Amino acid sequence: MDFQLTEDQRALRSGVRELLAGRFGREALRALADAPEPPALDRELWRDLGVAGFFALRLPERDGGVGLGLPEAVLAFEEAGRALLPGPLVATHLAAGEVEGAATGDTVVTAVDSSGLVPWLDASDVVRGDAAGAVPIRSVDPLTPLHRAPAGAPDPLATLLTAAEQLGSAARSCETAVRYARERTQFGQPIGAFQAVKHLCAQMLVRTELARSAVYAAAVTADPAEIRAAALLADEAAVQGARDCLQVHGGMGFTWEADVHLYLKRAWLRAELGPSAGAVEEEWAAAL
Amino acid sequence: MDLAYTEEEEEFRARLRAWLADVLPHLPPRPDPSDWPGRRAYDLGWQRRLHDAGYAGLHWPVDAGGQGATPTQHLIYLEETERAGAPYVGANFVGLLHAGPTVAAEGSPEQRRRWLPPILRGDEVWCQGFSEPDAGSDLASLRTRAVRDGDHYVVSGSKIWTSHAEVADWCELLVRTTPVTDDMPKHRGISWLAMPMDAPGVTVRPLRTLAGSTEFAEMFLDEVRVPVGNRVGEENDGWRVTMVTLSFERGTAFVGEVVACRRTLTALAAEARKNGRWDDAVLRRRLGRLNVEFSALWRLTQWNVSEAQRTGGVPGTGGSVFKLRYSHARQELYDTAAEVLGPDSLDLGREWNLDRLSSLSYTIAAGTSQIQRNIVAERILGLPKGR
Ligand SMILES: Cc1cc2nc3c(=O)[nH]c(=O)nc-3n(C[C@H](O)[C@H](O)[C@H](O)COP(=O)(O)OP(=O)(O)OC[C@H]3O[C@@H](n4cnc5c(N)ncnc54)[C@H](O)[C@@H]3O)c2cc1C
Repeated sequence: MDFQLTEDQRALRSGVRELLAGRFGREALRALADAPEPPALDRELWRDLGVAGFFALRLPERDGGVGLGLPEAVLAFEEAGRALLPGPLVATHLAAGEVEGAATGDTVVTAVDSSGLVPWLDASDVVRGDAAGAVPIRSVDPLTPLHRAPAGAPDPLATLLTAAEQLGSAARSCETAVRYARERTQFGQPIGAFQAVKHLCAQMLVRTELARSAVYAAAVTADPAEIRAAALLADEAAVQGARDCLQVHGGMGFTWEADVHLYLKRAWLRAELGPSAGAVEEEWAAAL
Repeated sequence: MDLAYTEEEEEFRARLRAWLADVLPHLPPRPDPSDWPGRRAYDLGWQRRLHDAGYAGLHWPVDAGGQGATPTQHLIYLEETERAGAPYVGANFVGLLHAGPTVAAEGSPEQRRRWLPPILRGDEVWCQGFSEPDAGSDLASLRTRAVRDGDHYVVSGSKIWTSHAEVADWCELLVRTTPVTDDMPKHRGISWLAMPMDAPGVTVRPLRTLAGSTEFAEMFLDEVRVPVGNRVGEENDGWRVTMVTLSFERGTAFVGEVVACRRTLTALAAEARKNGRWDDAVLRRRLGRLNVEFSALWRLTQWNVSEAQRTGGVPGTGGSVFKLRYSHARQELYDTAAEVLGPDSLDLGREWNLDRLSSLSYTIAAGTSQIQRNIVAERILGLPKGR
């Protein structure tokens, strides 16, 4: 047993992190969030991701893919979650090898989730599942247009990759909170020296690290029940982490200008995708 | 990331399983929890069997008399012994998990020869005399004094919450060898001594816990003479020596218990199905949630153990992250047990109810949850120390 990242996996993670920092940094994020019109999908970014192998990561090399496995895909999606990268990333990744052009980023693919939500329907070239009669809703997440349709088929791999994004989001919220807590002073000291703030941050890390082992283990076993359990913990870590991060930011946390709300809203959205917490708890109770 | 066990690890597991199946049916009956001499004999007897079969001090280094097993083998050992329902370390806890590893890491060759073999053989019991009435979370403010008199220290003061003090042969004792002054950090001036519990001047007064039993004690030390040769590490360097032990305590101490919690959870579900509470969806979801929680804690354990394996066996700060979540989950488990039992949760004759009482100490012993959060925030996240 060696349940730690390998050298190659570490390298992959930092590679994806660098790529995303360069191609979708804070400025790009803010430009999208602050634009008056609904967000458009950056096709060029999409193709860059394709060239970098983001979508073809798990395709065999003989089919033009990178030939890696689920654990590597999870690490890449964790980074996407950290960077709050927009677009139907999961559906396009899962369509690689099945839908022409998905692997290279030339075709944008979305899917009808088992919750009935369809992200980025208008911007996508292909939709998997039955989106006939899908109606647009006013999405709470300013960076993700949404439609509602009859529920699609559940897909454990989609649940796993979404959980990986939640994990990245949780880790990022914790880091953001810690950075702010070290910079902001009140009563003559950094607010991070106050235990009430410190303990919020500590709990954020605890939730994140528990979710991390669960998500990584689920990527290794690819067991559908374990995937759903990991998603439950990752949802909690991402949503509660963003909430706590907001609290640490005080009034600043309630503004449009701070990024905190963008993380919270996306975390809410991802938590709705896939099975509900109640269904997963019932499943794990029945297994006892 | 690899969760599969190697062939070697699987062989180790198979051999251990076979041995456990062989030896467990022949163990004497478990003593009553209030029968301390009986408990001591039982725990030492188990340790002796482990020793004779080559499993004593599994994770200790070979040159300390241990088996030099990898952290993963230690994990397998804890998993399998718990699964098979083998006895707990019990009274051997401090010897095997704190004092022994400290002596192994910091002791002289002579000290290792004197103290380690009897721990491994199941001949001697150790206890831990760190906490004092006025020094709990703030351990470094401890006041028990040790004054040099020739080749002895003369020790006076009092210790509290000392588990197993009643039946211990030795105490790993933290004492102040240099009084605190204003210009000195208070964790300086502390030394680590091995104190024989039968030395004149040692008085042990058992304390009754809220569970009704006497799991720990107060210790009064009145001019107890401890040979200078019983000091491990340099004089005034005891704080650093102690940190070696505490990181062991937080790193690996709870592995077997996660397995035990998962077993309890299965039994709780069976009970709920039998007594009809299973029909309550809220309770059912709570049980399902705990199942998710404990399987994730097991994954976190595997993560931490693999990390220790890579860093050469030193448990990292991940222990604090684990302890925070685990101690909470364990209390939640027994609160859920009470919900399953309903009015029967008030009957101490029923299973789980005494465990529920014991679980209340989990967020306090070995560093309270608040202290663990401080550790996580300051040492892992790098937040500033408060004033
Ligand atoms: C079952 C059991 C067995 C034990 N066995 C042993 C043993 O064998 N040997 C031994 O030496 N000790 C032992 N202990 C003692 C244990 O280590 C201490 O109880 C523990 O460290 C807390 O110290 P305290 O009891 O003095 O509480 P205090 O330190 O007085 O704490 C009281 C409350 O104040 C909070 N608090 C204190 N300081 C801070 C801070 N800086 N920030 C935020 N909150 C703070 C605590 O979290 C707690 O809620 C045992 C305890 C228990 C319950």
